[in-house]
Order: sequence, then structure tokens, then C-alpha cells
Amino acid sequence: MFSSYIWGVITVCMYTSIIVVGLAVFTGFTGLVSLGHAAFVAIGAYTCAILTKTFELPFFVGVIGAALTSGLASLIIGYPTLRAKLRSDYFTITTLGFGEAMRVILENLEITNGARGIGGLGNYSHPITVFVILVIVLWVTKNYIFSRYGRMSISVREDPIAAEMAGINVVQVRLRALLFSAICAGIGGAIYAHYIRFIQPSMFISTQSTLYTAIVVAGGMGSITGPCIAACIFTMIPEVLRVADQWRMVAYGAVLVAIMVLRPSGIFGYKEITIRGMRNLVRRLRKQKLIGPEGVEIDE
Amino acid sequence: MELSLLFQTLITGLAIGGIYSLMAVGYSLVFSILNFSNFAYGGVIMLASFAGYYAMTLLGANVFVALIISMAAMAVVSLATERVAYSPLRKRNAPPMFFMISAMGLSIFIENLVYATIGAHFYAYPIIFEETTINIFGAALGKMDLFAIVFSIIAIAIMNYFINKTRTGIAIRAASYDSTVATLNGVNLSVVIGLVFVIAGAFAGISGMFLGIKYMAYPNMGWITNKAYIAAVIGGLGSLPGAIYGGVILGIVEAFVSVYITSTYRDVFSFAILIIILLIRPAGLFGKYLEEKV
Repeated sequence: MFSSYIWGVITVCMYTSIIVVGLAVFTGFTGLVSLGHAAFVAIGAYTCAILTKTFELPFFVGVIGAALTSGLASLIIGYPTLRAKLRSDYFTITTLGFGEAMRVILENLEITNGARGIGGLGNYSHPITVFVILVIVLWVTKNYIFSRYGRMSISVREDPIAAEMAGINVVQVRLRALLFSAICAGIGGAIYAHYIRFIQPSMFISTQSTLYTAIVVAGGMGSITGPCIAACIFTMIPEVLRVADQWRMVAYGAVLVAIMVLRPSGIFGYKEITIRGMRNLVRRLRKQKLIGPEGVEIDE
Repeated sequence: MELSLLFQTLITGLAIGGIYSLMAVGYSLVFSILNFSNFAYGGVIMLASFAGYYAMTLLGANVFVALIISMAAMAVVSLATERVAYSPLRKRNAPPMFFMISAMGLSIFIENLVYATIGAHFYAYPIIFEETTINIFGAALGKMDLFAIVFSIIAIAIMNYFINKTRTGIAIRAASYDSTVATLNGVNLSVVIGLVFVIAGAFAGISGMFLGIKYMAYPNMGWITNKAYIAAVIGGLGSLPGAIYGGVILGIVEAFVSVYITSTYRDVFSFAILIIILLIRPAGLFGKYLEEKV
């Protein structure tokens, strides 16, 4: 139906969505910013690559392994930094350091083949496989958000002190959300490794982490569908425009500042795109009353 | 173990630690008054290394003039970043997270703008002092390093005097404790914040140029400007003495790790130190126990 190029772009959209959905649960629902998520993606990518190439295990074992190692790493980073209810900046800067440290480790380890990276990986990230994984991740995320864990996360984001007064363990809630997002990042990384079929440490630099956070912010913090759509937009625009890579990043930076200054709730804010929402929108447009979709506009 | 090697390592650590301190002070100063992580600061430092480079090569300025040009230019840039990216958020009373993301966007913008216009080359400064060294107890100290250390100490001393003794300094400190009450007492918050960004920019001008002299000027200096943030967290965010000590400690520890343990994993060790300090003292070494303002 489509050419392999279009399938490729769709696959990129899908695995970026998997990574970004996890980050949306963390950043959007607990209000903490991570600038080291590329490191979790890297851990997932390398774990899966080593499991399938060196140990010749099947792909799904690699994906599970990637999820486990990324999750474990997130606990190691998260515990000391989230433990004291300090300002979130301590956490953000630690993740920044974590990202750098991870790159240095990957560049110097024997098993990761240093800066040269690992090539010749199996072509397992078929669009249908990725789609199935994406659907599973989205389904789990939706359930997570609407479970008591999700509601606890929202209450912590809105007011940590009030949440604690209501008997919520703030550290545990944040750590759980971080674990969830790291697992998603690990899975995304595993798919990424077997889609590109070659990985090296310079693919997982801090700019990449910033980009993931930028997608979540642009999509709207506190939304799941928003960041997914933003992930697709951010992936497809450079494909369509085919401009020089640096100017694309210049534009990203400017857009990010503009979003914060002009519309800090992101493209979709706290709203979700649902089938019912679409139906309501169509009905409203038919009635020629051009008011925005339902939901309270929350500016800050 | 040779004592001279130990002493040499200490001096090397001090030289780089001094630059880390300067960066951390500029970053911490903004943090103490606006309560957010100014991630655009790394970009400003990177611009400073280019400003110094062009001042010396194109304008043929000597090192002092270049330093002043770099400081002035970065003060303007820093003030501009505040007016464009943070001022609108401040007027709307946005939470610190929005400031931080805006700063992040600005950092991407600055770094890639330099990438796209100047390019990813390394620019080496012209030789400033001849490659001579001074002997102190058997350890060699480069003249440039000595100059950097002395200049850093003078800059920090002037800033310290300004913050602690002058009327404007008192206004800055008052605003960093409680901006609302400071405003009620007649402090013009907008001017004070602008001034803080100007001071931070000047510090970026100094540290960026010293970094450029030491490591050459190039667009993705981010890996080294990140050290400023790490140093500030080690010392305790928002504390100026903390930023100074954090920078010096980080510099010395890095020098010792590279000499005695491993040079390839140096950055991993800096990160490990950060984690260990947060485990022992969650607020950093000199940090006030600052909870997020609700």
C-alpha cells in the first residue's frame, strides 16, 4: 500500500510516541522535568542489541530485558534525587549529569563496542510489531493514568504538600512514575535499535533528551494523546521540509520558548482527543456555534 | 607517592575549579532570585567563548580588552534572554517549571544558531602568554591558569562586596528571600532582576573566555557548561558560597580522578559524587532547605 519510506516514517512516529508517552506520564503528570531520558533510551537500545546479537536471544526477550534494565537504572537515579522533597531542579540537573555519564560509560565499555557502536542488528522492528507494542503501551498508560496511581500523580503535581496531607507518599508516587517512563523509554530504545539496526553512543546525547521533553511540553502537559500527536508532527515536519538539521533545531528552540511565552499549556493542554470529543466537535460545528471544545482552559 | 605530583594535581584542579566556580555563581545568582534553573546559561557561556575569540582575532584586542568586551556583550545577551524568554512568564506568575522549559528552548536555540551560522569547528585562541610556567614547590603552574585563578578571585570578591555591602546588593538579597515583600518595600523588582542577569552575563563572559582559552571555542561546549549546574547542586542550589565551593571541589576531584584513578571515566565520577552528596546531604553542602514554592 505504502512505499517502504512512508512505512519507515510511520515506524519512527510510533517508537517516538512510545518514548514520549512514558515521559508524558512522568513530566506531564508529576510535574518533574527530566533532561536525561535519552540515557534510558540508550540503556534499552544497548540491552536489546546485546541480548539479540551477542546472546542471540529472540527479540521479545530483548525488549523485556531492555524494559527491566532501564527500569532498574531509573530506580538507582530516582531514589537519591526524589527521596528528599527538594526542588525539582535537583532532580533535573541529576538527570542531566546521568545522561552525560551514561554516554561516557557507553563509549568506554567493552561490551558496547565503545564509540564505534554496534551494527548489523536484526531487522525486527516491523511496523506491525511496533504498532502492537504501541497499542499495548497506550492501553497500559491509559489504565495507569486512570488508576489510583495516576490520580495520586496528578494530586502530587498540583500540590505536593496537600497531597502529602491526604496521606500520599510523594516520593513513592514520583518514583513509580519515573519507573514507568523509564520502562517505556527502554522499550522505545529497543525498537529504535532494531529499526536503525546500528547504534552508537552519540545517538543518545542530551539534545535528544531535551527534544523528548520538548515534544511532551509542546503536546501539552497532562495529556497523553497531545504528546503522541506532537511526536508525529515533530517527526514528520523535518521529513517534509528536508531542511538543514541545524536550522531545524534552531526552530525547535524558538518554538519551545514561544509555546512557554504564548501558550504554556501546550497544543492540547490538559485535554485528550477522544472519539466522543471528535463527535461533539463535529456536532457543534454543524450548529455553527464556533466555540472551542469543552473543558476548562487552564492557563498556568 | 611523590608530593610534587599531588601538589601539581591540586593546582590543576584549582585552575579548572575556579572557572567552574565562576559559572556556578552566575547560574546560582539567577536561581536564588527567580527560583528556576537557567539552562540557557550554558549557551551564554558558549557565546562568550566566541565573543572573546572574535574580539582577539578580528579586533586584535589584548586579553583585558577582550575580557571586557566579552563581559559587556554577554551582559547584554543575558539581559535580552531575560526580557524575551522570562519576563513574560514572570508577569504571569508562571510556575518555575515553565521558566526552566523556556530556558531549555533558549539553550537549544543559541547552541544551534551558532552551529548553523559559525559551524562546528574548533577555534583556538591566539597565544596570550608564552608557554612558560611558574614553579611553586616543584609543581608547574601555567601563567594563563594563574591569571584565570587571580581574575576569578577578584571577580568573585567584587561581586561579594557588591551583594553584601551596597544598597542595590541588599535589594537583590531581599528580593531573593521574598520578592513580594521586597517589592512592598520599594524595590523595583524588574530592575533588580535585570541587574542580576547583567551580573550573571558578565560572569558568563569571564568564564566563557577562560574556557575558550583552555579548551578552544566550539558550539557544543554543553558537556563542560553542564558542570556549572552540577557544581551548583553539589554546593546547594541558590547559595553563592555553595556555588564557589562546589565549583572548586568539583574541579579538584576531577583532577585527582584523572590523575590517580582514570581519565576516561572522569565525568562518571563527577556524576557519582553528585549522587553521593545528594544521598548524604540532600540539599547540597551549603544549601538552604528550599522547598518548591506552591
